[in-house]
Amino acid sequence: MVNRGVWGDVVGQPEAVAVLSAAAEAAASIVAGGSPAPGAMTHAWLFTGPPGSGRSGAARAFAAALECIAVDDRPGCGSCAGCHTALAGTHADVRVVSPEGLSISVGEMRALVQVSARRPTSGRWQVVIITDADRLTEGAANALLKAVEEPPERTVFLLCAPSDHPDDVSVTIRSRCRIVSLATPRVAAIASALEYDGVAPEVASWAASVCGGHVGRARRLATDEQVRARREAVLRIPLALRRPADIFTCADQLVSAAEGDALTANEGRDLAEREALETAMGGGGTGKGTAAVTRGAKGALKDLEKRQKSRTTRTQRDSLDQALVDLAAFYRDVLVTASGAPAVLNHPDRAEDARAAASSWTPESTLRRLEAVLNCRTALERNVKPRIAVEAMLTTLQRG
Amino acid sequence: MSAHADTPDAVHLIVGEEELLVERAVRGTLDAARKADPQADLTRVRVTDLTVPELAELVSPSLFAEGRVVALEAAQEIGKEIADAVVAYAKAPADGVTLVVVHTGGGRSKVAKDLPGALRKAGARVTECPKITKAADREAFVRNEIRSAGGGKADPEAVAALIEAVGSDLRELAAAASQLVADTDGKVDAAAVHRYHRGRAEVTGFVVAEKAVMGDRAGALEALRWAIQLGVPHVLVADALADAVRTVARVSAVGRGDPNRLAGELGMPPWKIRKAQGQTRGWDDRGLAAAMTVVADLNADVKGVAADSGYALERAVLKIVAAHGRR
Repeated sequence: MVNRGVWGDVVGQPEAVAVLSAAAEAAASIVAGGSPAPGAMTHAWLFTGPPGSGRSGAARAFAAALECIAVDDRPGCGSCAGCHTALAGTHADVRVVSPEGLSISVGEMRALVQVSARRPTSGRWQVVIITDADRLTEGAANALLKAVEEPPERTVFLLCAPSDHPDDVSVTIRSRCRIVSLATPRVAAIASALEYDGVAPEVASWAASVCGGHVGRARRLATDEQVRARREAVLRIPLALRRPADIFTCADQLVSAAEGDALTANEGRDLAEREALETAMGGGGTGKGTAAVTRGAKGALKDLEKRQKSRTTRTQRDSLDQALVDLAAFYRDVLVTASGAPAVLNHPDRAEDARAAASSWTPESTLRRLEAVLNCRTALERNVKPRIAVEAMLTTLQRG
Repeated sequence: MSAHADTPDAVHLIVGEEELLVERAVRGTLDAARKADPQADLTRVRVTDLTVPELAELVSPSLFAEGRVVALEAAQEIGKEIADAVVAYAKAPADGVTLVVVHTGGGRSKVAKDLPGALRKAGARVTECPKITKAADREAFVRNEIRSAGGGKADPEAVAALIEAVGSDLRELAAAASQLVADTDGKVDAAAVHRYHRGRAEVTGFVVAEKAVMGDRAGALEALRWAIQLGVPHVLVADALADAVRTVARVSAVGRGDPNRLAGELGMPPWKIRKAQGQTRGWDDRGLAAAMTVVADLNADVKGVAADSGYALERAVLKIVAAHGRR
């Protein structure tokens, strides 16, 4: 296997890699005491790109390149201790903030700002990665602002945000960052990345063709039987909606699948976290004074429960959102098929269904259905009860 | 006085959670004791504050044999030692002392749960005061109140109107009933209720939703205004509307059928299905589809999308009623 360096994981983004590796070289020369051209290295970066284009992957790779300690090579060798620990998430100077809940709180950001003011322990760079900067609350963004504006020497902020909502990162932050935009990776690039990971070529090319340019999704489709089954079930829905009663069976299927996902993803973890916290707060102890101690722990437990609930809601929403994205792509395929355009389908393996649908629905009704799916996504974002939103969507899907 | 020793009234067990009725039962016991001895007084103790010696002291006859009523409150939290002492006392009650045990009927520990049974066996008089939850029971209570306050036979309409106006709290109902009897010289009818009481004390989102899916525009809007006025959270009203619409949609989707058989299939209780089957009149697929969209939008509206969620609710109710009428 050839060593592709740290940039190997950044799939199908040659332009971004060129910019980032140039900056990494400049950074290395700063560390070595040189003075590269001003502007070659910047202290705050904003990675934007459609979901699945590998924003956080690119940020991680850049972090690794900054921490690379192989002197004779271009930074980002991928094999030295610096690169390796940065990519694995264990480097002392690389801090990753990846919200599991629905938003990043101001408290979290204040703590982060303090940490970011320290000098790097390895003498290279202190790197802070925020993987979902669109989830910063307004207060959190403001807390971060000062640090991003005038970061200490040798501290680098890497923010990532999906580009279909560039406004999600407040303008004050955005204007202080150098923006790296990532494009949707090409199918061939995704397929070859999957093959490099050891996926059989035909599976890799199938997964790359149906993933909608989402590298992580392609990887899951290629490796997880359950994810494939879920996708099949979702894509069966458009043609399975015949009678009004089907609306409720399909809605139930979609929503309970999402709830099941959230449960399996978090159940064991919730319990373990709770137990750990209870033990830490003196739970299960015997003897004098234990009752008073556990009384004090109630607040902390409640906090934990709140965090866990937020995490469960997010898992559930993400899972449902994935299904809706697949559905929307199918209706788009139907429109493409009906118009006879030569565009590539999102679900090439479902071309048959799309043809059948295109012949029986008018383009207007297909468009109405597509609109309903997109409205449902918005509704979920606005905290509408999943079951109500999904049922309303399926009602439109059934009627057209 | 010695005749009292064998009367079942020596130990009185009051089981239930309806506070007003429990209180009345305790009062009743005290009054009975006062009949025998006008000097009798009432001592209230929570069982959790009580020790066995204290209990023994409370229930021992005094030197001059004055009448005494001892009420043990919150007996569902009783500990083992006290419970044993109470049961032992119940088997051999003392002269001139009435022990009243107030118990919710529940209780955490086994001893506490078994106490009512043990006292019953020991020959205690038992008064049941269960929480009144059914509408019919509440109406019967009000009728009874009016009668015992000296009023004539109240007509059902007046009883219903009074409950609607005052709410479901028994204390308030009892007070309102006796006041009405005093004000009207015993002739309590709907007109009299309306003269003194106006408005509604309790409107839930379900009332609004029920009227909306039945196509009762004026009734639904009135109920909605009351609900908003009374401070029912808008989100709850929106949820009730959504639930009503989707229940009707689900039931009408499977068509007519035996509610008991459909219950398993739809995952709803039979009474809900039976009710929804009555509500499906006037709905067609198109109307239901429109209503489903309305309630989904409303759900977003009351969670912060609409500038005024009260307005959003009203508009949604109007839209649902319009969708109902459309054929």
